[in-house]
Amino acid sequence: MTWKQFFSASVGKKFTVALTGIFLILFLIVHAGVNSAIFVGRDDFNNIAHFMSHNYIVRILEIGLFVGIFLHIIQALIVWRQNAAARPVGYHMSKANKNSTWYSRSMGLLGTLILLFLIMHMSHFFVGTKVALYLEDDAPHDLYEKMREVFSNGYIVIIYLISLVALFWHLMHGFQSAFQTLGLNHKRFTPLIKTIGVGYTIIITLLFASMPLAFYFKWIE
Amino acid sequence: MEHYNMNLTLKIWRQANSGAKGSFETYQVKDISSEMSFLEMFDVLNEQLIAENKEPIAFDHDCREGICGMCSMYINGQPHGPWKQNTTCQLHMRAFKDGDTIVVEPWRSRAFPVIKDLVVDRTAFDRIIQAGGYISVDTGNAQDANALPVPKKDADNAFLAAACIGCGACVAACKNGSAMLFVGAKVSQLALLPQGKPERETRVLNMVAQMDKEGFGNCTNTYACEAECPKGISVANIARLNLEYIHAGLNSE
Repeated sequence: MTWKQFFSASVGKKFTVALTGIFLILFLIVHAGVNSAIFVGRDDFNNIAHFMSHNYIVRILEIGLFVGIFLHIIQALIVWRQNAAARPVGYHMSKANKNSTWYSRSMGLLGTLILLFLIMHMSHFFVGTKVALYLEDDAPHDLYEKMREVFSNGYIVIIYLISLVALFWHLMHGFQSAFQTLGLNHKRFTPLIKTIGVGYTIIITLLFASMPLAFYFKWIE
Repeated sequence: MEHYNMNLTLKIWRQANSGAKGSFETYQVKDISSEMSFLEMFDVLNEQLIAENKEPIAFDHDCREGICGMCSMYINGQPHGPWKQNTTCQLHMRAFKDGDTIVVEPWRSRAFPVIKDLVVDRTAFDRIIQAGGYISVDTGNAQDANALPVPKKDADNAFLAAACIGCGACVAACKNGSAMLFVGAKVSQLALLPQGKPERETRVLNMVAQMDKEGFGNCTNTYACEAECPKGISVANIARLNLEYIHAGLNSE
């Protein structure tokens, strides 16, 4: 069996989605953790932001992050297209709510919302930070100020919050689903994984939601 | 439980053959006993159609006691109807009330083409079994059954997986038309036992390859299959299939 055969089989494609999913779950911990520095203070946050944008290890990991997101999307799209083709004639009447949760069946839609959000999110913060890297370094990029500026707009804050709702439900299914795909289903561990998944999802989304709200309502200066 | 009779409206998928364009037909049945099974109600309807010189409705059935896996039918939006861990033949009319409208459709999957009315072609499952769902047994005298020690836990899990009757409700229920619960059960029941070890690796690789070739969808862990399975096959079997696949795929040359 070649690597191509291994990863292109139905089961193999999902390994890619699950492995990149777990990688993205880990990334969100770092992202939320680093951003939480805004609650410590403007200078502390800007220092960490400066470190994250200049450290070479972080910048190499950043490439991995983009590869991860890309693979996650591409594989999920292929799976989604094949799955749509697997049932050419649909049911006249379907009580899917009796056998599964709506969000487990809506990962494609939720993922698309997150992708649309990411495009906007990158244009808000990522592009500016990268451009600043190639300009003179004597005036350091004030990411804190940039966040305050972006989140002074109420509409943007609302879009961020809606996107976090999509992320919440995406993670509610995705976290435990990744472990099942990688073959971990166990009487003792699976309930634990599910509980950790729910806890992780709630904490991560609340933490992210607190940031635009904190700037908009001026909880922090 | 109190016995009662009911009049029902049935909306049933009719399709002359696999190439024909099907459509729903509406029928009325009267004085159906709450003690009847769902298939007996269909027998009454077919008698009625024959008396009217109409083509009776084709549907799959065999043992009518919930163990053969022949009956199918997507009833009111659920495979095998509203009861949990139950086949269509064991669904009784007390699940319905007088005046109800019941919608009956065939399994919908690219890999299960409709042959006629509510009968679908499930030989895709047979071909998956042929690809690896067997064990090699040497000729000669049968050895003593107790010569191969099997841990109780493995014996139990293999037995639970072997309870799969191959009806296809998992594929019918899955929004992706995935056959992972079926294949997971068939791989597990052999992989867990010593007799299944010699073909353990080729089995999972060949069965997954055949499953993909048949045009089933990819599993996205909605667990609809487990909820609708008449035998309560656990999705732990899907995880075991994934693990077997990783192990065999990395081990193969």
